[in-house]
Amino acid sequence: MRTFPIGGIHPQDNKEWSKDKAIEVLELPNEVMIPMIQHIGAPATPIVAKGDKVLVGQLIGQAVGFVSANIHSPISGTVTSVDAYPNGQGQRRMMIVIKREGDEWLESIDRSTELKRECRLQPTEIIEKIKRAGVVGLGGAQFPTHVKLSIPDGQRAEVLVINGVECEPYLTSDYRNMLERGEMLLTGVEILMRAIGVERAVIGVENNKPDAIKHLRDIISRDNYRGIEVMPLKLRYPQGGEKQLIAAVTGRQIAPPPALPISEGAVVCNVSSAIAVYEAVQKDKPLIERVVTITGKELKSTHNYLARFGTSLDFILDHVGGLPEGDVKLLNGGPMMGRSIVDTSAPLIKGCSGITVLSGQSVARGKEGACIKCAKCVSVCPMGLEPYLLSKLAKLQKWDIAEEHNTIDCIECGCCSYTCPSNLPLLDYIRIGKQTVMTNIRARAAAKK
Amino acid sequence: MNTLLLTVLTLSVLGIVLAVILYFVAQKFKVYEDPRIDDVEKMLPGANCGGCGFAGCRAMSEALVTRDNIASLFCPVAGGDTMKSIASFLGKTAAEKSPMVATMRCGGTCDKRPKVNHYDGALNCAVVNTFYVGESACAFGCIGYGDCVSACKFGALHINHETGLVEVDADKCTACGACVKACPKGLFELRKKWPKNRAIYVACRSKNRGAVVMKACKAGCIGCGKCEKVCAFGAITIDNHLAYIDPEKCKLCRKCVNECPTGAIKIVNMEPLPKEPKAPKTPAPEATATKDNKSVEA
Amino acid sequence: MATRLFAAPSPHIHGGESTKRIMLDVVLALLPALAVSTYVLGLRVLLITAVSVVSCVAFEYLIARFLLRREATICDLSAVVTGVLLAFNLPAGIPWWIVVIGALVAIGIGKMTYGGLGTNPFNPALTGRIFLLMAYPVEMTDWTTSIPDALSGSTMLAEVKYNPALASELNFTEMFGGYMNGSMGEISALALIIGGIYLLWRRVITWHIPVSILLTMALIAMFYALGFGGSLVYELPLFHLLAGGALLGAIFMATDYSTSPMTHKGMIIYGVGIGVITMVIRLWGAYPEGMSFAIFIMNAATPLINKYCKPKRFGTK
Repeated sequence: MRTFPIGGIHPQDNKEWSKDKAIEVLELPNEVMIPMIQHIGAPATPIVAKGDKVLVGQLIGQAVGFVSANIHSPISGTVTSVDAYPNGQGQRRMMIVIKREGDEWLESIDRSTELKRECRLQPTEIIEKIKRAGVVGLGGAQFPTHVKLSIPDGQRAEVLVINGVECEPYLTSDYRNMLERGEMLLTGVEILMRAIGVERAVIGVENNKPDAIKHLRDIISRDNYRGIEVMPLKLRYPQGGEKQLIAAVTGRQIAPPPALPISEGAVVCNVSSAIAVYEAVQKDKPLIERVVTITGKELKSTHNYLARFGTSLDFILDHVGGLPEGDVKLLNGGPMMGRSIVDTSAPLIKGCSGITVLSGQSVARGKEGACIKCAKCVSVCPMGLEPYLLSKLAKLQKWDIAEEHNTIDCIECGCCSYTCPSNLPLLDYIRIGKQTVMTNIRARAAAKK
Repeated sequence: MNTLLLTVLTLSVLGIVLAVILYFVAQKFKVYEDPRIDDVEKMLPGANCGGCGFAGCRAMSEALVTRDNIASLFCPVAGGDTMKSIASFLGKTAAEKSPMVATMRCGGTCDKRPKVNHYDGALNCAVVNTFYVGESACAFGCIGYGDCVSACKFGALHINHETGLVEVDADKCTACGACVKACPKGLFELRKKWPKNRAIYVACRSKNRGAVVMKACKAGCIGCGKCEKVCAFGAITIDNHLAYIDPEKCKLCRKCVNECPTGAIKIVNMEPLPKEPKAPKTPAPEATATKDNKSVEA
Repeated sequence: MATRLFAAPSPHIHGGESTKRIMLDVVLALLPALAVSTYVLGLRVLLITAVSVVSCVAFEYLIARFLLRREATICDLSAVVTGVLLAFNLPAGIPWWIVVIGALVAIGIGKMTYGGLGTNPFNPALTGRIFLLMAYPVEMTDWTTSIPDALSGSTMLAEVKYNPALASELNFTEMFGGYMNGSMGEISALALIIGGIYLLWRRVITWHIPVSILLTMALIAMFYALGFGGSLVYELPLFHLLAGGALLGAIFMATDYSTSPMTHKGMIIYGVGIGVITMVIRLWGAYPEGMSFAIFIMNAATPLINKYCKPKRFGTK
């Protein structure tokens, strides 16, 4: 069975808490807060003002430039405020607050549930529709999908890689999507293949989800989806990393930055994003909701909700019985790459594939010791870096040397900190090193121009 | 005896040969250097702090000697007098700068700015700043893990564990600017150093609206503008709900201090003005603060 | 109890490995060798090991607490490992006070001078042993309290060194099981190999260092035997692997984390270096045994190896 070439770890996956919970539609909240930045790139510009009436699916934030994404209203009602509010990390961001009145959808959206498989649109039309619908990578990176699908001149896509790995512990939203919305997913994959002009698509799924693999294979052979293959992959974190997944599926390694996946002919898309693409292209439905896992050992109940964006975390947490008492860590995403949430009034955003609640002893980090040079971080690093060194260099602010040691290759997967027997915060420092070096590189490039 | 002679002879010949080689190598690779560079370097403080913008004192003295116009060069550690004497030694004109001192502009002590979460990562301000606002709800305040303290080469900064804030020792501070670069929240400013280390400044950097500030911190500037109105010298400006006192215009009259409803204006080594007689209806600053805040909200 | 929200950068979970657990694994892996040694050489082995461990831990505590004035980290068990390894490198008949001096050098000079755990460039136990070998050569090579009817007086390495033909007369089964002269820890190859397998299974060490050391030694011994006309092509390599500190050094001493290279490539270079130097000393040097010197010399080369042996960067050929 295939996997990526170097490094990696095997964290306990803890998916049993929520993997058997079918997708439930979450009750609509009375108020939503929609951040204007839910993607990588320039924030969208609000095009509604206080007092405006909006319908479900109506454009409320206009993308600015190419690398940006449209934002649509997930509920119908009245805009009550357009102002800066804190996000999950307490940082104030421009948000549109809408008070709900009923649930009236734009008429152009096809709300029927039957599968619409046939698509005769041209690639550019497909990409335009995806762009209009504000689809971004739903695996967590939030990279605008239309940018990914627009193949640069002189390069050619050869294979579409669909990320059904879900290597993050705890999370099960992609898994439930594969099981329950397999037809939509595969149709979405067909549309994506058409958009980038490839004959072959591979859905990479880790072998801890044999039922999802079997289910998708059954649909493929039953409904005759041509050129789509489901590839079981050996269980290993961070298989869901873009470069790791391409290496696992195609055996080809993307060269170090600034090379992009397309340099090896690969385009990667998450399964949830593929479903969003299907809805955007076939049903004219913009990205206004997603499947999100709410999980944690001490939660009263765990769920896979289909929730509208902008729903506050407080609202969601109330539905699962509130946070447990004592020390708690609330995460946007899984425990390996998720971000700590400190403000529960913050809204659900496009990139949030799950809300993980860690509690009890697993919350606090262990006591830091001295680096014993055990080289475990070196052997688990999937990018072939030396985390102990990069961390030290960043701590000493030796940015130039960190750059020589390729600190910008780091994908922030956290394998190094996970494995360190001395509990050193390796990634904490590598991250500031990486950010500083990136800034330096950009400044140098700007100075050259 | 023979051995002794042989040893002495061998070593002497070896020494002579090597000396000759050294002489020629030294001649061949000789680099001319202005001797004044050494002299100027001796006049500089030798802190190698980088406050001048150069890598160290040597690089600074090279620049001072080689450049024709040295008006843009200034060693904050040495100060104006030393710069003047260096300039007269070189026959050039030095920049005139009054002495400066680093000022940390956050007054959000532990009791005024409560913790709303518990940080558990690496104890480093830059690390905190990579992913969230910090333990309090204020996105502009001091994080308190002392990146500036470790950046300071003169031991002029320390963390007061009671308040959780960084304090500046004005006598040790050389205004090299290392803390200004180190603070990820941009809390430090090099401000004019008054005699007797007196100072007045707005201890807040929050650009949020008053209501938002009050929610996170009771000592923040809410941008009410009272200080701006009372200032007779036009030294105070309000920008983005935040007051700023221009040290060049300020005359240390301290009228603004009593006006400030939240106590965000700090004075150092000075007594505040006595409260005016009509003040009795405002017994505690906190009480005024809430009242004023409401008026701002409304 | 109220809810307290924690915040930290990712990752938010940890694999559960700890320095203490690693050190404990090393101690556990050394126990079979200790048992065999005690059985063959008598209870004095336990006494010497106990003296060594207690003095190592005590010196670490005293130096950290009163000289460096910082928290003593004896709980991580690294001083215990040093203590056991130091004892294993000494003959069973050594006076106890020499062991204490060895422990002082090992911990005081070999480890704490550089800043303690993880910062020492040389293996502390080896530092102690080499110091004792220089300072007390007579006591350190006095094997008389060992096995009565084995080759007495000196180790087999010394005997075979000047008369390689002897290697053909040796009983390898006895050597494998522990019936030979030598330092306390090195006599039983079987016990050491069991310990090594345990460490590999627990992923405390990787195969790279031990295998490259032992292979290099075997190959050199083989070529050396070929030079003698090929009569001992199998016996001599086997002898060199079983005799002396080859296995103890390759499995436990050379793999010491802070003194060995970080990458697999570097580990192999390091291992080959140790193998070559050991055999050069054993075959042509003044000492009968060269393992500790070889590891010591390659320890010094480790920073250089780390500088030039980088892991393979993802996406490069």
